[in-house]
Amino acid sequence: MLVAKSEQSIGAAALGGGNPAASPDPSHAAPILDVRGLSISFRGRDGITHVTRDVSFQVAPGERVGVVGESGCGKSVTGLSLLRLLPERTAIINGEIRFDGCDLMSMKPKEIRKIRGRDISMIFQEPMTALDPVFTVGQQLIETLRTHYPMPFAEARDRSVQALRDVGIPSPEQRIDEYPHQFSGGMRQRVMIAMALICKPKLIIADEPTTALDVTVQAQIIDLLKELSENTGTALLFITHDLGVVAETCSRMITMYAGEVVESSPVDDVLRRPGHPYTSGLLRSLPRLSDRGGRLPFIPGRVPSPHAMPEGCRYQERCAHAGAGCDRYQQMVEISEGRHARCHKAADLELEGAVT
Amino acid sequence: MSTASQSSVEDDRNIVTVENLKIHFPLKGGQTVKAVDGVSFQIRAGETLGIIGESGSGKSTVGRALVGLLKPTGGTLRYGDTDISALSASEYKRLRKNYQIIFQDPHAALNPRMTILQSLVEPMEIQGEGTRESRRKTALAALERAGLATEIALRHPHELSGGQKQRINIARALTVHPQFIVCDEVVAALDVSVRGSILNLFADLQEELGLTYAFITHDISVVAHVSQRVGVMYLGNMMELGPTDAVIENPLHPYTQALLSAEPRPVPSDMREDRRIRLEGEIPSPVAPPSGCRFRTRCPFATEKCKTEVPQWREIVRNHRVACHYATPDGRIG
Repeated sequence: MLVAKSEQSIGAAALGGGNPAASPDPSHAAPILDVRGLSISFRGRDGITHVTRDVSFQVAPGERVGVVGESGCGKSVTGLSLLRLLPERTAIINGEIRFDGCDLMSMKPKEIRKIRGRDISMIFQEPMTALDPVFTVGQQLIETLRTHYPMPFAEARDRSVQALRDVGIPSPEQRIDEYPHQFSGGMRQRVMIAMALICKPKLIIADEPTTALDVTVQAQIIDLLKELSENTGTALLFITHDLGVVAETCSRMITMYAGEVVESSPVDDVLRRPGHPYTSGLLRSLPRLSDRGGRLPFIPGRVPSPHAMPEGCRYQERCAHAGAGCDRYQQMVEISEGRHARCHKAADLELEGAVT
Repeated sequence: MSTASQSSVEDDRNIVTVENLKIHFPLKGGQTVKAVDGVSFQIRAGETLGIIGESGSGKSTVGRALVGLLKPTGGTLRYGDTDISALSASEYKRLRKNYQIIFQDPHAALNPRMTILQSLVEPMEIQGEGTRESRRKTALAALERAGLATEIALRHPHELSGGQKQRINIARALTVHPQFIVCDEVVAALDVSVRGSILNLFADLQEELGLTYAFITHDISVVAHVSQRVGVMYLGNMMELGPTDAVIENPLHPYTQALLSAEPRPVPSDMREDRRIRLEGEIPSPVAPPSGCRFRTRCPFATEKCKTEVPQWREIVRNHRVACHYATPDGRIG
């Protein structure tokens, strides 16, 4: 279906127009992205390092899903692996990645290149390193568009101007001929978003897209991403360490710890009553504006090294609720409908969230 | 052991006084970057003054100037009653050790080739303090005080986690018994789950040793948690300064109001207050800052007067100052 996508489909889904894929309740639609049992390891001088294990999650069309976790939990590597952007010589990837019915894992490099930037695009943390400094933003936008959809230059340019306008860049007719260094940090990130959206993808993977930005600019970019995703029906996989950003943007939150998904729940539920002790620990560690002074909660200890992962639950050494049965391998268990946690005690625990 | 133990918490003495501080950096072609352009405040003994602002606000430049890492272009900086520009080099060196700074990146602040112990004794060696043995003892005591096992002393930085490295940097600052520490984004590089333990450590040390802090960060929730007073900087100027509760609950300056409402909060959707004063655009260049009020180009309330007149630094509520023509005591603008 992907390969057969005609030139007309982009014309039909004109920029800013509605997309039939944006159904009001995305959770019951067939997933646009279906990841099952994804395990990533790297070959190195000292042997093989296992980075993620058995990562499974789904994203419905038009859904906005946040992937949270601390540094080293495997969230960025997972994001990169979806588009097969990890170095082929060293990365060992096992599992299934299905996008819109197609198996991304078995695709040839030539086929995956057709998907990158057209059906799935990616936004990175640092726009200056993701944009090419020697080409104008217009050249880069036009190249992206014409690579996937052969069209006359003038038409591609018009669409690029419109794309810049859609992401709120003032006087796009002039700015399209400027180079990345002539844009401010926030404007550069808008250019990245324009580039990610120009082919009307079905899914955007955004890896810490606002982390390098100031908080007032971050607010603008969050609002923009949310608005564009709503208007165009583009699904969003939002990788971030910032739980506040996820709360404001996404409807579902996936928590990763030490290379595993430990929880997947609707955002509002997880903020009130998380299902996994680690999610609870993370939420409680955030200093709250309303609760000033006093002792701050924190999680004792540190993430186990990939070379010394404990048997069973990977969080047990830091967990206040650890006990009998935690030394066994933990399955994801359903706590209630749509809520899963990798903890055999999840159903019995009353865990504190970000609000009390 | 502490030279600062005589200072009770929050007495009236000012540890640091800054008046009309200016720090300009020359550029090629005769232009200057006005990183800090006329900032005045005091830091009282035993308190934590939080300084918040976005990148380019000049908050880190102020922090560096407070410990003498940058020389002011204009204005005065006093340690206690002493104007530091009037001191001789040796007098200054002696006084200077009471004023320490801890940086954001705990890894970059440590020499990777030195053991932790070597890093810890270095400040004392520079100050020419004690004997080899007494320096070692002080270093190990500081390690324990920072919550680390003394066995760590013989390791190298790469063997430690980010949180442990930041504890080393804290311990290193403690070895020379400072009165005052500038904490420049000290938890920004750390994972959320360990930030709490480091912030708790700062609070404990303040209580035990009577330390005074300037806590510089872009993270409002961190500043709200640790500070008694908060100053808000924008483009080289202080926009608002007051008690933490007042600044967080009843911000007087439109910029503070926008900053607070832009902070993404991890609360369920039905508890989220409607978005905010949304600011357009980004912070202007400090080479050619706007005339009048520096915030006017992004301020939703700006008028002609804001273009022509620099707002006065007014105390419109007791102990709560603001630089805005239209700020009122109840937080309304106009």
